[in-house]
Amino acid sequence: MVQDQQPTATAGATRPPTPPTPSAQRAGVTPADVARTVVAHGEAVTGAQSIVRSLEAVGAKVVFGIPGGTILPTYDPLMDSTKLRHILVRHEQGAGHAAEGYAYATGEVGVCMATSGPGATNLVTALADANMDSVPLVAITGQVGASLIGTDAFQEADIVGITLPVTKHNFLVTDPDDIPRTIAEAFHIARTGRPGPVLVDVAKSAQQAMTTFSWPQPVELPGYHPVTKPHAKQVREAARLLATARRPVLYVGGGAVRSGAAAELRRLVDASGAAVVTTLMARGVLPDDHPQHLGMPGMHGTVPAVAALQKADLIVALGTRFDDRVTGKVSSFAPHATIVHADIDPAEIGKNRRADVPIVGDLREVISDLLPELEREHAQHGKPDLAAWWRQIDDWRETFPLGYTATDDGHLAPQHVITRLGEIAGPEAIYVAGVGQHQMWAAQFIRYQRPGQWVNSGGLGTMGFAVPAAMGAKVGDPDRTVWAIDGDGCFQMTNQELATCAINEIPIKVAVINNSSLGMVRQWQTLFYESRYSNTDLHTGHGTVRIPDFVTLAEAYGCVGLRCESESDVDDTIRRAMEIDDRPVVVDFTVSRDAMVWPMVAAGVSNDEIQYARGISPAWDREE
Amino acid sequence: MSRHTLSVLVENKPGVLTRVAGLFARRAFNIHSLAVGPTEHDEISRITVVVDVDELPLEQVTKQLNKLINIIKIVELEPDASVQRELLLVKVRADMSIRSHVLEVVDLFRAHVVDVATDAVTIEATGNGAKLDALLAALEPFGVREIVQSGTVAIGRGSRSITDRALERVSRPA
Repeated sequence: MVQDQQPTATAGATRPPTPPTPSAQRAGVTPADVARTVVAHGEAVTGAQSIVRSLEAVGAKVVFGIPGGTILPTYDPLMDSTKLRHILVRHEQGAGHAAEGYAYATGEVGVCMATSGPGATNLVTALADANMDSVPLVAITGQVGASLIGTDAFQEADIVGITLPVTKHNFLVTDPDDIPRTIAEAFHIARTGRPGPVLVDVAKSAQQAMTTFSWPQPVELPGYHPVTKPHAKQVREAARLLATARRPVLYVGGGAVRSGAAAELRRLVDASGAAVVTTLMARGVLPDDHPQHLGMPGMHGTVPAVAALQKADLIVALGTRFDDRVTGKVSSFAPHATIVHADIDPAEIGKNRRADVPIVGDLREVISDLLPELEREHAQHGKPDLAAWWRQIDDWRETFPLGYTATDDGHLAPQHVITRLGEIAGPEAIYVAGVGQHQMWAAQFIRYQRPGQWVNSGGLGTMGFAVPAAMGAKVGDPDRTVWAIDGDGCFQMTNQELATCAINEIPIKVAVINNSSLGMVRQWQTLFYESRYSNTDLHTGHGTVRIPDFVTLAEAYGCVGLRCESESDVDDTIRRAMEIDDRPVVVDFTVSRDAMVWPMVAAGVSNDEIQYARGISPAWDREE
Repeated sequence: MSRHTLSVLVENKPGVLTRVAGLFARRAFNIHSLAVGPTEHDEISRITVVVDVDELPLEQVTKQLNKLINIIKIVELEPDASVQRELLLVKVRADMSIRSHVLEVVDLFRAHVVDVATDAVTIEATGNGAKLDALLAALEPFGVREIVQSGTVAIGRGSRSITDRALERVSRPA
């Protein structure tokens, strides 16, 4: 039966002193909840126990999931684990996004679990989201018994095949002896190199069979060697360019957040004197109040950020991938710029824009190596004179600051709501957005001061991300206030997780920026489809039927529901929500549906054609 | 567009070919031919893939392939520095009246007859694409009934082996 080879593996030596209740006595003879990390010689367990033990040993603390037929064996020992907290969600997509939110808030690998077939396919959106935004995630799914695979068995889906294009890697386990090594490899792959989601599909037969569990496990991945140390010659060349450029811009992406390079980045910004833009995925990695920070570039970026990239003679791209939402029409992006591109993923370098100086490496190491080289350049040749560049940038900043126009329909200006939310909740809170107008306003109008303050779905643009991701973030970092800033469209896609939050005492706060429509789509219909509003009215407010009523919906879920309809109530409502800490809060802010996100570069056009507001474009020639 | 031959050493595990083929499809790269088989090492399989791409997309193909966890090594084999072969089996109409002419062509191309029926022969030939195309053109007048062709397999010239160093990686845990 159970073979305890390790002297430390005895219950008395490691278990916390708990009163001998019947359940604790029962737990005392269950190997799963006895603290141990080294089981060198193997111990007889079921495959299911092996999964739980492996997750414990690899350091997982929280699992978001839903049981079902083929994962049932694993849920049994999971019940006894004292190291793993399982949070029962209401939809597997919620489990996936919650694991992402957890990963954002902790920097650790998020874990989700689901059964085969529909349980597993419901995870796909979250896996694709994590894949696009490089979020470390491990999904454990049950699969039908090995002998049934390929027979169209009940709840069978080839989830390894389905998730092949949207995961960093995935595994099918049919031999229970492979479980510990596979889980060790899954976590290793998820958190090293460019982080990403890894799925481990375990046949039910493997969960039920007897096997041995041992730990630690060797990681045998002969084809996986992420490069973290940058090439010295390339770094020197980057330093030389940065020391001699006259119009330099540091174009900083989410890689800077993932690699924990905020401190190094700050030193590089200060040393170089260059202008800085932070992408949607990088908001907060450099404080917004830093004088060299021009804000977010791209489709809804600030005019100074977009213009600086367009006019730059040198772009140092750090952990970013020249996404089409940043570059606009790529052939006319930054036409005068020499490109230094540093990224941990070699495939990103040169993918969309040719790099003159490619640097493959972990960004923290890249910047750490770049700093002394830059100092040496400065010592030899002096600091470059960037005064003319900054005069031009300051002119843009003065002429085209971020702003918005007041509404004229009696409804709230969404930008005002979000600005006040950011000011009242402050930089220590975590802001989690869905996708659409509210997301862009949240990226624009909240002042970000630290990495991790901002969580959103960037690459995939997953509506419905906010509520479950906020839940995961709150579980990961319970001492912080977590605000989900959501749209009325997004909110209706995943708000069932309010039940999970209420029952498990995860007091998130949700600001529904309710314009009673699919706002971003409506904005495009206004601008590009002659205001023909095809299927964008959601009837969640504004004198329509208000289905659903978000306040009563919140109450039905055991949350506090608040509504705010006038500007004079905004601050009070936010403060009231801030005071409630024993339950989740949902605030329905009814905002104008005519508010639009500006500035804007229309899809597929050059960034030179950025509009500051509708019909207002900067006259570039004036500044030349 | 130009033609490139990539030798891809992969872990010998189920599903690896799907990962490779899927990546080509998903990133919209066209595979001209593909051949897969075992190597001198049980742990390693070798995929030879011929693609029609320009230089820059080829770099993307290689980088994206390298990101696949089960891929150990990718080498582009230049035509001048490698031996590249395809296998062709072709069934040609060859009744008594023309059989000797068909066999003459077979001899000219140093091909072999591997099956004979009263009114047809099946010919086996190996070579590079150009040679096999020429053979097919020569057989065409007799009446080609059926063709089956393998993907290209290729190996670098000289004494160096691309699998040696790859094997070191396999035996040395990461």
